[in-house]
Amino acid sequence: MATAEHAATTHQPDRRRYEGIWSWIFTVDHKKIGVMYGVTAVCFFLIGGIEALLIRSQLMFPNGKVVSPDQFNELFTMHGTTMIFLALMPLSVAFFNIVVPLQIGARDVAFPRLNAFSYWVYLFGGLLLNASYLFGGAPNAGWFGYANLTEVPYNHSSYGIDFWILGLQILGVSSMAGAFNFLVTIINARAPGMTFMRMPLFTWMTLVTSFLLILAFPVITVALVELMFDRLFATNFFNPAAGAEPILWQHLFWLFGHPEVYILILPAMGIISDVLPTFARKPLFGYPVVAYSGVAIAFMSWGVWAHHMFSAGLGPVANAVFSVTTMLIAVPTGIKIFNWIGTLWGGSINFKTPLLFALGFIAMFTIGGLSGVMLASPPADWLENDTYFVVAHIHYVLFGGTIFGLFAGIYYWFPKVTGRLLDERLGQIHFWLMLIGMNVTFAGMHVLGMEGMPRRIATYPPGMGWDTWNFIATIGAFTIAVGMLVFIYNFFASVRHGQVAGPDPWDGRTLEWSIPSPPPPYNFARIPIVRARDPFWVQKYGDAGHGHGRVVPMPVAGGAHDAEEARADEHGEGIHMPDPSYYPIVAALGLAVMLAGVILTNLILGNPPGTQPAWPPSWVAFVGLLVFLYGIYGWALEPVSGHSS
Amino acid sequence: MAHRSSRRLGKERMASRVHLLRRRPLVWILLAGLLALLISGCGTGPQSALAPAGPVGMREAGLYNLIFWMAVVVFVLVEGLLLFTALRFRRRTSDGIPSQIHGNTRLEIVWTIIPVLILIVIAVPTITTIASASTIPQGPDVLKVTVIGHQWWWEFRYPDLGIVTADEMHIPVGTKVALTVESADVIHSFWVPRLAGKIQAIPRRQNEMWLQGDEIGEFYGQCYQLCGTSHANMRFRVFVQSKADFDAWVKDQQAVPAPPTDPEAAKGAQIFQSKACVGCHTIAGTNAKGTIGPNLTHFGSRTTIAGAMLEKTDANLAMWLHDPPGVKPGSIMPNLGLTDDEIKALVAYLDSLK
Repeated sequence: MATAEHAATTHQPDRRRYEGIWSWIFTVDHKKIGVMYGVTAVCFFLIGGIEALLIRSQLMFPNGKVVSPDQFNELFTMHGTTMIFLALMPLSVAFFNIVVPLQIGARDVAFPRLNAFSYWVYLFGGLLLNASYLFGGAPNAGWFGYANLTEVPYNHSSYGIDFWILGLQILGVSSMAGAFNFLVTIINARAPGMTFMRMPLFTWMTLVTSFLLILAFPVITVALVELMFDRLFATNFFNPAAGAEPILWQHLFWLFGHPEVYILILPAMGIISDVLPTFARKPLFGYPVVAYSGVAIAFMSWGVWAHHMFSAGLGPVANAVFSVTTMLIAVPTGIKIFNWIGTLWGGSINFKTPLLFALGFIAMFTIGGLSGVMLASPPADWLENDTYFVVAHIHYVLFGGTIFGLFAGIYYWFPKVTGRLLDERLGQIHFWLMLIGMNVTFAGMHVLGMEGMPRRIATYPPGMGWDTWNFIATIGAFTIAVGMLVFIYNFFASVRHGQVAGPDPWDGRTLEWSIPSPPPPYNFARIPIVRARDPFWVQKYGDAGHGHGRVVPMPVAGGAHDAEEARADEHGEGIHMPDPSYYPIVAALGLAVMLAGVILTNLILGNPPGTQPAWPPSWVAFVGLLVFLYGIYGWALEPVSGHSS
Repeated sequence: MAHRSSRRLGKERMASRVHLLRRRPLVWILLAGLLALLISGCGTGPQSALAPAGPVGMREAGLYNLIFWMAVVVFVLVEGLLLFTALRFRRRTSDGIPSQIHGNTRLEIVWTIIPVLILIVIAVPTITTIASASTIPQGPDVLKVTVIGHQWWWEFRYPDLGIVTADEMHIPVGTKVALTVESADVIHSFWVPRLAGKIQAIPRRQNEMWLQGDEIGEFYGQCYQLCGTSHANMRFRVFVQSKADFDAWVKDQQAVPAPPTDPEAAKGAQIFQSKACVGCHTIAGTNAKGTIGPNLTHFGSRTTIAGAMLEKTDANLAMWLHDPPGVKPGSIMPNLGLTDDEIKALVAYLDSLK
């Protein structure tokens, strides 16, 4: 490029170039993308929550008439799909984005534009899924979408299933791109001295989760593509009338679905493994054991899928084998719980909101783990499967576990991102409302399950012994909703008027607390050198844990090798940061339109659901393809202007 | 909030902190009360899995109880340890930096081995129970029933007895019943909670299970796998009868019902034969040979209609015939536009089919 452009080399001119909203839309900064992920995920969490409230309102009394049976099927399908794919996973990804580069001493992720692309693909995929409500009906076959209820002969009253198939494929692209990005970032972008066995546990679990994502999403994609071909091109992958075995879908879905459960829980486990040591002022007890048990869980998660199918009639041998593998996975999980308690033991525990949520995680996840063991025994599972017992179990794991873990993370890292603390008093009210609310909602569901109440029924008659617990559960759901209102108020109030946090409000142990809050765009003016696990703690207090804690500069990498770093002063002058780019959002939009093209064409032409694309086939898809190609082309050839000279 | 005041209380001495746990009996009473409430809520309803009335259900519920109580013990120990640790090591103003302990190998080994031992205690009876539940009894004493799930009703066929019925299964008390569970359309799941565990009805598969009722009475069941709009309305009942009652029922079911003599019922028979009814339903001894809907040969002997969602009364039956999808959303039986007179005649005819 011309030398004139080299004058405008640092990040400064870029910030002038895109102000306000555009600085977000074109950003490739991992922290901004993380914030966008977080805010979007919380919005989808609220949508999923409203769906849950409607479900609970319908079931509050016998013979509920709040929604129709078809609407009810749409609501729980979208509740599950939204919470898993649009709320919990992306909220974890928000933390991957915000925290991982800071914890490993990096200036950004390995592929900043790919990171932006992941976000936009996620957003468009989520919007597409929810757009189904506006175009005739949402998906209605459950988040697990068992074939052949999803096939055209049994599901042709709306485009819902098509939206679901294509929305999930789009979200899969986002997850895969993100996972590769974090894998490469964690493997390649660690600061000098940040060995694997010095990485903070959250980064560890991000690494493990990324491997799971990369291996699990191809499985569901295969299943979704087959189902898409069945619906759109009259193939017969799951059509029993043509000799197919619909049970194949169950295998494919759960081969993805069980690793997916650990994709949801491992990041939250990573968060609390960072939160507990900070607030107990002790290192994580059994660090290598906690890290490796996360790896063990990830490996074992591939050998347990058929425990979702104990009632499918797989036969005694398969049932026995999968029962034993499932029970075994409880061992590394238990080890983690004991090590967390070991971390607290002998500590000096500071009861701030992040710690409360972390304790809530351990307490509630233990319940979910125990009911998991109860489900691992096939004869017991034959009594529990497809009843409210399972609803209770997954919510103790995913609400009491994942959501509590994620809220621990929100309260913990909010000051790092915004520079202000969330209000502590409101935070504690939020915590107690959530804890009480979730137990009131879900504890009684164990009873409902054993009393034989099936999942996913839109209504139930009186006299079954289900009335009381359903009523109580609905009260609990609204208690959770009140808790969320407190959180939302706290969020907006604290962003503006919260107490200024400073770089290290919690007396942190890891690198992210060694830099200002909010961090500058380049994160670390100088890349730190890591000499120990919990590097910032050791820097403040020394190895033995003596001395007085204070914020101190981290040692920095030097030598001729890092000539560029050496020139960077404390204000980040001369640090090469990636340029903002609009190609990621263009490519993401093109991809979403391309994949949704079949539905969009049918909608525009007014074809009924299940119509196979006629010539010219799905012309909207070709428009999307062109936009996508333009985005990729421009992306590939985009000039790099940010070289420092 | 609670811990704040307690922190103030416990400021002075460490001993007083431990004392705190004893000072708070209310918390423990509430927790124990909640647990007791949860446990006592079980085993009372008509569809409870914890009130088994046959050997298969008893073994499964017994295994469930074993695991449940082990889980309760682990729950109390782990949650108690967590609560104790959290309260015991609350930060005090006098706290220095705690000693930076990194781990303890012996403890890691202990808390790896103990869960393994607990799981072995669960795994052994699990595998024996799988074996006994999966060994389908054979022989002349065993009653065979084929269960077929339809959107949204259950069909029961007795291949050795030549009986086809819907929504209500009759079995003799104390007799082993071998079930073959199939589906006519999408995946369903068949479960009578008080008799035996559930099994899915999957197209193109013949899943097998067995059950036995040791108590005479009426047992509720329904579909447990999401199967479409009226998943909630796919219920059925199992009648466990004395051997004599069962034999009498079999004899009735095997007989071809006599043509109606009552004029109203005869009129109904005529309407039935002339309308779309015959396309979907079978009534032995008539031209009605449809197989899409339930076999109505002995409809009059049933106690429920519409996938056991309604008691079979004349008023309910009239309501159903008036507008089936209005009663049972998504019903494949359409609104046939019958007049009130026609409905009255049809009700009389159907009732006569004992």
